[in-house]
Amino acid sequence: MCPPATDSTVTGGTAPALELRGIDKRFGTVHANRGISLSVARGSVHGLIGENGAGKSTLMNIVYGFHQPDVGEILVGGRRVHIAAPHDAIAAGIGMVHQHFMLVENFTVLENVVLGVEQGAVLARSLAHARGELEKLARDYGLDVPLDTVVSELPVGVQQRVEILKALYRRAEILILDEPTAVLTPQEADALFKMLGRLRAEGKAVILVTHKLREIMAVTDRVTVMRQGAVVGEVATRDTSPRELAEKMVGRAVLLRVEKAPAKPGEPLLAVRDLEVRDRLGVARVKGVSFDLRAGEIVGVAGVSGNGQSELLEALAGIRAPARGAITLGGHDLVAQNFGPRERRRLGLAHVPEDRLRMGVVTKFSAEDNAILGYQDRADYQRGPLLNRASIRADCEKKMTAHDVRPALPLLRISAFSGGNQQKLVLAREIDCDPQVLLIGQPTRGVDIGAIEFIHKKLVALRDAGKALLIVSVELEEILGLADRILVMNNGEIVGELARADANEEKIGLMMAGVKEAHA
Amino acid sequence: MSAPRKLPRWAELGLLPLVNLLAALILSGVVVKILGESPWAACKLMLAGSLGTQDGIGYTLYYATNFMFTGLAVAVAYHAGLFNIGGEGQAYIGGLGSGLVALWLGDRAPFAVVLPCAILGSASFGAAWAFIPAWLQARRGSHIVITTIMFNFIGAALMTYLLVNVLIKPGQQSPETREFGAGAFMPLASDVLAKVGITFAATPLNFAFVLALLAAVLVWVLVWRTRWGYAIRVAGQNQSAAVYAGISPPRIIVQAMLLSGALAGCLGLNELLGAQHRILIDCPGGAGFVGIAVALMGRNHPVGIFLAAVLFGALAQGGSQLSFDMPKINRDMVVVIQGLVILFCGALENMFRVPLAAMLSPFAKKQKPAA
Repeated sequence: MCPPATDSTVTGGTAPALELRGIDKRFGTVHANRGISLSVARGSVHGLIGENGAGKSTLMNIVYGFHQPDVGEILVGGRRVHIAAPHDAIAAGIGMVHQHFMLVENFTVLENVVLGVEQGAVLARSLAHARGELEKLARDYGLDVPLDTVVSELPVGVQQRVEILKALYRRAEILILDEPTAVLTPQEADALFKMLGRLRAEGKAVILVTHKLREIMAVTDRVTVMRQGAVVGEVATRDTSPRELAEKMVGRAVLLRVEKAPAKPGEPLLAVRDLEVRDRLGVARVKGVSFDLRAGEIVGVAGVSGNGQSELLEALAGIRAPARGAITLGGHDLVAQNFGPRERRRLGLAHVPEDRLRMGVVTKFSAEDNAILGYQDRADYQRGPLLNRASIRADCEKKMTAHDVRPALPLLRISAFSGGNQQKLVLAREIDCDPQVLLIGQPTRGVDIGAIEFIHKKLVALRDAGKALLIVSVELEEILGLADRILVMNNGEIVGELARADANEEKIGLMMAGVKEAHA
Repeated sequence: MSAPRKLPRWAELGLLPLVNLLAALILSGVVVKILGESPWAACKLMLAGSLGTQDGIGYTLYYATNFMFTGLAVAVAYHAGLFNIGGEGQAYIGGLGSGLVALWLGDRAPFAVVLPCAILGSASFGAAWAFIPAWLQARRGSHIVITTIMFNFIGAALMTYLLVNVLIKPGQQSPETREFGAGAFMPLASDVLAKVGITFAATPLNFAFVLALLAAVLVWVLVWRTRWGYAIRVAGQNQSAAVYAGISPPRIIVQAMLLSGALAGCLGLNELLGAQHRILIDCPGGAGFVGIAVALMGRNHPVGIFLAAVLFGALAQGGSQLSFDMPKINRDMVVVIQGLVILFCGALENMFRVPLAAMLSPFAKKQKPAA
């Protein structure tokens, strides 16, 4: 039962769907939210942008009841509400679609939607009741979802729809979407935006949390910009521009485009032939991939995440053993000679892993201990049988200065650094040993705009120094900005190769969706 | 999310364990009261009995020596991300190793020769007993908690068999070996101190205490100051990062467990060569399990383990004093107190964290405007 738009205008009058007044929140010494006021109208899509650590997530977590504000109040439809836990938020009509879906993978869509709001002990009755209502919701909002399919069999775009459906089934009037397009193809993202338009037309209030300016411009009515825990601006979207928003986010002018000269590719440094990688269950994730990586070029691998890019990267780095194929570097066949990450590093292959927190750093270690990860055997880090603490520290300080890692404190725990600074340190570690080939997964995932600019510049400088770079990224903009040549992966295969000059978002998007070059 | 539960470092390392300990003692006091004795008098008795006299101190440190070896064993495994519950079995089999060396060399070689051989014997036997679960975990994925527990029982059964059927001194009833030769006796603290003119009560405190301290230093250096320790900590914290860094987690599992078993095995140096002078049934006497509590309470750091080992040593010694002087309290009461300490310092470790953080936060808030 979702009240139609007319109904809500009657009960709510002109009161905004959601209003925050003077929300203030501290975590220890971190002032995460500073007196934030925000008003979201019914029947609108409201954008919330800011760099990582700007306080967007904290704010949304307060609205959804994960945190309590120290000061400030929340009003829903003009009435003050106390939200102590997510179920209070749900009761107040607030729904949230998290970046990482909160779905039980081996349940059907219907079971997932009903989970937590079953009525009575007999499940069959709840399910039957829910089915009727969901079919109506699906009709009203154009959310086409197969109710009896197991969630793990659905594409991510559809899983996201399930999350939205879940929120609507719980009578959400206010829908918060946290970085909703991170896992979608551009086409899927467009479908999502269309759906948001429909929700808006039905009188729902949608809050879109993102760091992608393109999305803000495409779908929002108003946009709130946050920086360092405070609101630094709120504007109607049609009165602003991406450049203005970016400047507000960072607090200074930023380069949105990467400045670089045309590439001068040299000889191939890394050759991949007919590479097949299987997962633990024996399913082929990379299916007979071949390509060369030349000195002085940046090759970008585009694709919706989960189409084999991660496995390709791990196989190249020596973390995952391929089922067949050859990887040649410096005259060695890395596969045939069974070289692991250690030997590959020695041959000049460096790797910035995709998931920094899972693989790239040890979160409980200090910065200096993380700055030697993978290079712990280097001679200048040893003093007899012991680690040479003094040289490790000095080396870390050097890296921090050269790569603008802030704060430059080698003994600080890595988890205390922002994502951007962590990534700068990882990058410093990997390029410090002068590698010939650099593999980079998601160069700027969870990295703020200021640091993105810095990292991109570093990568282009490496290219110009004659190194070969392979970049895997789900950010199409990043691939388009950095790469000289683009490989598009779908379902474990390279479905197309484009020179940068021939590439555009739409072409790549179609390839990512599996449409082969010939048909594009 | 976790922010309000964060404690300042001094409170995390000092105050929280103290509060937990206090809670355990208060509850023990209640039990004592129910048994009809005065908790206050019992407390004084325990304190006096464990730390108030030379006798008490000697026994306390003698017990602490066992707990340090087993506590360090748990800690090394912990840093590699493993929960070694098999300290008891590894100590028992390690005791067999040192005992065999002592039986073999005790009569024919001086202590200076016996000692390194005995260390080698206990460490290698303990390590060997830990190797099997470690290998099963590394290569077969058999959970090390389960296998090490089972190996405690297998070890106990094996030792019973050996002591009853093979090693028993002929012509006696109790299942224990003959006494070691004098060359295998650890120098007693009282004797050593007497040589430098200090009189110290005759207690089982012996040279193994120094070895345990050395082991603590060794563990610290290995874990925090060597490349190998770095690899262990990386693998223990984050297996993916370890693989990424070219560290093989299965290899680390085996290596760390070998060291862990070796440390636990060294208990025999204190218990057999230092005190009993023969191999006998159930020589670790539960020290393998107490080691878990010691490591937990000591935050898996050698300094913390030393302090926790002394505490548990004092509990053991003070407890036996208590059961001696207060007839209504038997030795089981000591086990109850130990159990409560383990409960509060281990399982319920976080119970006081939130209220403590709330109590301390006004102080933290005051600093903020300045920041």
